[in-house]
Amino acid sequence: MSRPVDLLIIGAGPAGMAAALAAAPSGISIAILDDNPLPGGQIWRDGPQAQLPVQATEMRAQLQRCSNIHRHSASKVVALAGPKKLLLEDGERGYVLEYGQLILCTGARELLLPFPGWTLPGVTGAGGLQALIKGGLPVSGERIVIAGTGPLLLASAATAKKNGASVVRVAEQAAFDAVSRFAMGLWQWPNKAAQAVRLASKAYRTSAYVLEALGSDRLEAVRVQVGSRIEEMACERLACGFSLVPNTEIGKALGCEIRDSAIAVNEWQASSLVDHYAAGECTGFGGSELALVEGRIAGLVAVGQQEKARELWPERQRWQRFAKRLNQAFALDPAIRNLAKADTLVCRCEDVVYAELAEHTSWNAAKLNTRCGMGACQGRICSTAAQTLFGWEPPHLRPPFSPTRIATLACLDEAKPSS
Amino acid sequence: MLELSIDGQSLRVAQGTTVAAALMSCGDHCSRTSVGGQRRAPLCGMGICQECRVNINGRRRLACQTICQDGMQVETHS
Repeated sequence: MSRPVDLLIIGAGPAGMAAALAAAPSGISIAILDDNPLPGGQIWRDGPQAQLPVQATEMRAQLQRCSNIHRHSASKVVALAGPKKLLLEDGERGYVLEYGQLILCTGARELLLPFPGWTLPGVTGAGGLQALIKGGLPVSGERIVIAGTGPLLLASAATAKKNGASVVRVAEQAAFDAVSRFAMGLWQWPNKAAQAVRLASKAYRTSAYVLEALGSDRLEAVRVQVGSRIEEMACERLACGFSLVPNTEIGKALGCEIRDSAIAVNEWQASSLVDHYAAGECTGFGGSELALVEGRIAGLVAVGQQEKARELWPERQRWQRFAKRLNQAFALDPAIRNLAKADTLVCRCEDVVYAELAEHTSWNAAKLNTRCGMGACQGRICSTAAQTLFGWEPPHLRPPFSPTRIATLACLDEAKPSS
Repeated sequence: MLELSIDGQSLRVAQGTTVAAALMSCGDHCSRTSVGGQRRAPLCGMGICQECRVNINGRRRLACQTICQDGMQVETHS
């Protein structure tokens, strides 16, 4: 077992970093855990082709300067190991960590939905492509189609262009009216308005979505519905993501109440479970500014600084309003649910096709009969897709939460109180 | 720059490059073979989908969450 910590923070993105820095001056022992090798989360992901904003580099430097913040990088949560104890694993070892309080800052993942050809090499998520480019993927001279929904499409397009790719189409499924209403309202958040202007793309089309990715061994072209027309475009890459869904799995396993597919929190960022808080995208998708202020509030409350936390409520409210507008503007068109054909794979780990799933009436029945969701990703991709496609409630994740070494599981014995 | 081996083919990449980014730019650009026999490549880029699980120096790792090191041996067919 590792030495117990007063405060454990899971996730070192904007929310987790802000929470750690807000709690640190109290002097308590803090551990911040992330499954990536470097802090920053998705939005501030570092790499050979990434340009970090000043705020991100400053916060990283501050984290490093705080001697009471211990970073557990490239570490993941494997299982619960008893009250306020978690089984963790890094590249080398497994260990149990005991905590006094916990702040969940587990972020969000992309909603990836099946369409014909989506398993072809060359097809990635929209944020996925951006992450891979930041991590050093060369895309210079490639033709790229970006599709799905939300502002992330433009951010991904900008990263691809900056690295020498030609973005031949950005297909936004939302209608022009919804997107323009959203854009017109951005004056209330000037930094967002400036960002929108900076990211604007001539290839951008609304009411547009991917019908099919074409190719034999790898992606060669994409068929896109643009309004009432169908376009076929040759390309080397397709990056498709339908906005974000909160990563609630660990919160759910701990017993935190989940509401609207997110970890439910009160005005103090406290979850339904005592001493357990949540902040950032895992409490609902809202962007990095909201994540930062929520993280600060959670960190302050965890060290008993309620008054200081309360001062941040108006700022949080301002970004919550932004998040609400964002989610309204980019609501999914029902047509997106019908992109998969009978023979389209939905579960990529166990190779289960749409028609096999469609025979069933619930996730559990489908899983028991087809093995969907029983592979390495534990249904993180296909159960999330099935929720959108069939309205099935996603399952509780069972431990181990991700593929784990046997030696790590053996550490659970150490966590048991000695008899 | 540093040098690693992907399925026996040597590749030079910039410091800080992820294994996912490296393997997508060499060989067949893929990371694994699915249960149905299809070759697959990294998808989510952020540690969720597990499509990029590969063997690195004999241990199964997610390529998108591993940074290339000099002399690393990466296998995508195991």
